[in-house]
Amino acid sequence: MRYLPLTPAERADMLRTIGAASIDELFVDVPPEARLDGPIAGLPGHASEMAVERHMARLAADNLSAGSAPFFLGAGAYRHHIPASVDHLIQRGEFLTAYTPYQPEIAQGTLQVLFEFQTQVARLFGTDIANASMYDGSTACWEAVAMAGRITRRKKAILSGGLHPHYVSTATTMARFTGDALDTRLPELSAEPDDAALIAAIDGETSCVVVQYPDVLGRIPDLAAIAAAAQAQGALLVAVVTEPVALGLIEAPGKLGADIVVGEGQSLGVGLQFGGPYLGLFGCREKFVRQMPGRLAGQTVDADGKRGFVLTLSTREQHIRREKATSNICTNSGLCALDFSIHMTLLGGEGLARLARLNHARARATAEALTRVPGVELLSMCFVNELTLLLPRDAREVVRELAEYGVLGGVSLGRLYPQADGLHHALLVTATETTTDDDIHALATILEAILVDTHEGAPT
Amino acid sequence: MSALNQSGWRPEIGGAGEVAPATQTASGDRGLMLEEPLIFELGRPGTCGVDIEEPAGDPLPALARFLRAEPPALPGLTEPEAVRHYTRLSRQNYAIDLGPFPLGSCTMKHNPRLNEKMARLPGFADVHPLQPQQTVRGAIGVIVELAQWLVTLTGMHSVAMTPKAGAHGELCGLLCIRAALEARGDAREVVLVPESAHGTNPATAAFAGYRVESIPATVDGRVDIAALKARLGPDVAAVMITNPNTCGLFERDMKTISDAVHAAGGLVYCDGANFNAIVGRVRPGDLGIDAMHINLHKTFSTPHGGGGPGSGPVVLSEALTPFAPLPFAQATADGTVRLIEEEDAPAEHPRSFGRMAAFHGQMGMFTRALTYILSHGADGLRQVAEDAVLNANYVLRSLDDVLDAPFGKTGPCMHEALFSDESLPEGFTTLDIAKGLIDEGFHPMTVYFPLVVHGAMLVEPTETESKAGLDRFIASMRSLAARARNADPSLKSAPHLAPRRRLDETLAARRPVLTWHGNAAD
Repeated sequence: MRYLPLTPAERADMLRTIGAASIDELFVDVPPEARLDGPIAGLPGHASEMAVERHMARLAADNLSAGSAPFFLGAGAYRHHIPASVDHLIQRGEFLTAYTPYQPEIAQGTLQVLFEFQTQVARLFGTDIANASMYDGSTACWEAVAMAGRITRRKKAILSGGLHPHYVSTATTMARFTGDALDTRLPELSAEPDDAALIAAIDGETSCVVVQYPDVLGRIPDLAAIAAAAQAQGALLVAVVTEPVALGLIEAPGKLGADIVVGEGQSLGVGLQFGGPYLGLFGCREKFVRQMPGRLAGQTVDADGKRGFVLTLSTREQHIRREKATSNICTNSGLCALDFSIHMTLLGGEGLARLARLNHARARATAEALTRVPGVELLSMCFVNELTLLLPRDAREVVRELAEYGVLGGVSLGRLYPQADGLHHALLVTATETTTDDDIHALATILEAILVDTHEGAPT
Repeated sequence: MSALNQSGWRPEIGGAGEVAPATQTASGDRGLMLEEPLIFELGRPGTCGVDIEEPAGDPLPALARFLRAEPPALPGLTEPEAVRHYTRLSRQNYAIDLGPFPLGSCTMKHNPRLNEKMARLPGFADVHPLQPQQTVRGAIGVIVELAQWLVTLTGMHSVAMTPKAGAHGELCGLLCIRAALEARGDAREVVLVPESAHGTNPATAAFAGYRVESIPATVDGRVDIAALKARLGPDVAAVMITNPNTCGLFERDMKTISDAVHAAGGLVYCDGANFNAIVGRVRPGDLGIDAMHINLHKTFSTPHGGGGPGSGPVVLSEALTPFAPLPFAQATADGTVRLIEEEDAPAEHPRSFGRMAAFHGQMGMFTRALTYILSHGADGLRQVAEDAVLNANYVLRSLDDVLDAPFGKTGPCMHEALFSDESLPEGFTTLDIAKGLIDEGFHPMTVYFPLVVHGAMLVEPTETESKAGLDRFIASMRSLAARARNADPSLKSAPHLAPRRRLDETLAARRPVLTWHGNAAD
């Protein structure tokens, strides 16, 4: 077995050192009725690299990959070009096969990366500080709601209708068990998000208002107005960013008054990967630091006075505080944070701004082409790189039919909100720098053909 | 004499008049010991390491009031500068690829590179989680195939694949338990957790809304069954037991514990962080448990990456299966595979407690773990457990004459060997041994955990280590124990040979500097 260095002779030799007659003696504490005498029946035996590769490649081939089709999906996961050096660098064994940096003298590489990452996230979000990552955007969002509850000592959170429905579901699941009250709503298919209704819902019991920016339909809420209204009632504004590239173009949520900013960092460096592992981003005001979840890297000095970095403020965390911890999170998303940080370093602030403008330009071109398709309407003229189209029929069917033609045309709202009939004719379409004119042409042409069939009542 | 140097010429070193090398250099670097500034000190505003075409046209007029005043204040690096920055930083890290990393309970085993290669196949790496299911049958197939392995290896009924790490898996298991209890109208408030448990156990139970009570350990390092049984009652929702436990011991009476908990109306959560010790030799399902998470980044070798990402699927008993979170992977009788999501849940998985995170879980970890499992097969996985246990016992018996092994007298350990600071002389601590190991070129073991042992040193070699590697580690440990016995003061200030000496953690916590503010603020 290629991964097991011990030879049979060494095993025998070691058993003699231990004073055991056989390996079974080392499993003596397992009660006899639970012991397995040999390999579990019905499972295959070990296999060569070549055989495993053949098996996995067959499974991989049974998927239509984004890069091999005109591709327009977003809704919380985005396809961007990842510079070749990013994936090369994260595969340095010293990053890939290191553990959480509990021994800082021999983990300065990881710790300095985390410190740089925290600074990058804080500057991108416009917050004072950021942590060393969470699992993903949806879990970071719930942690922000929980943190707002600890800070305000209130139990009611208002979730905007523009918040990604998986994020809403995640929070709903948790709130059911923690006793928090969530005020949730569906998105309305209007050109602008209904900020006024959200503001009207805030009262003296509200711990926080959670607002996605841009929202799940690609529209942009007025964070400054919501922040002012929330803070006037002693509540916090939690801003949620699922597409950090958008922040190259629109103002940072922290600058607009958000108290906590969380997000999904997958867009930069991580890749689609069928939904995970992704990267939770978490920034906030410095005064809230002791209520923050997750790991924090901090600067200090060593015994020689040299600058160095350590994990710090761990008295918030489960391995010290146990049941009184701010969160149960332990392992986070360190390697994805490295992906993000390297990609961000390659872009720099001005590169990110240019990338965002390019994404926006591609989305405008997509919108122009698709709104020329008869029966298709654009919901809003205010978007960055993701937009909502209104179709003459259920977008779920349209998406499946587009896929039959080899086009990955977007995310139907029916997939996201199966129980909300009024949303089913809407389609989310995202364009990025990877979207070509040919892709746009293919989508527009085939969409038109599919919808013409609809008009003519042809069976599908 | 080497064929490459037939003359036998050697450079002269240390000859007459040779000057001792300077310890300080003008650059601050010393040979291959390289210092590296922060990107904020290296980068220049406006520099970009990616060629991005200048987009045509202005932003939409409606966007004008939302535009940012200026680009984010983030310096950029060109590719050669970035490659150097991160490569130089990488050299300040210890890693499994460099040598033994015997962190107890963390299971630092070799990460096969085939796993990395498979995870990067475009059919897995470049598919979107919300693509129509007809375009991702292979990806769903990976989830289901891995799920079948996990269910079979553990002897359980089903598995929830979505939890994103071990602690997230614990939460998943407890939420299933809570949902099941609520479904039978049985509101219980307490979760019992042994003293030796991982910190995540009580934190998770509290996060799930339970009151946590601690159960003591016996002198032989196992759960005190008498105390546990005495505490069981109508208010106890669940017991969380780690097996093998964090002292590196198998909980012999696990089945008795399960039966007692069930008899009292509670459910049994097993922390499966140490499943690597028993995979292929014991099915936890045979011990009567109701839920157990499996850290794919421990037992099944997905890389730890300097702190994640992990993946924590939770195997479930038949009683808990109806409550598993969405999406739920299911293979149908005709062999087709699908994910039950919100759309079909009301009809097909109506009692699910809901969603724990966006999308379908850690797909990138699933492909790696499945690759590892297929490589080993049923026979190889059993050998993994045997070698891990053999290596740990070899370390235990090679060191128990110089270090106190509190539970080593009564029998073998499982996959990790636990020592205390009992035999260290006055003035020397577990921390000194750990830092001394750094100078010896090893990563330290887990220290001061579990809490039930004073000055704990928990050594988990894993099956990855060769006998020769273990012998080197043992020799270093014996040397460190001898230096402590001889009151070697240099051990108190170790490490001396790492990129940094001991770091001031008190300063870091007292005056937190969590982001870079420029050197003026230093």
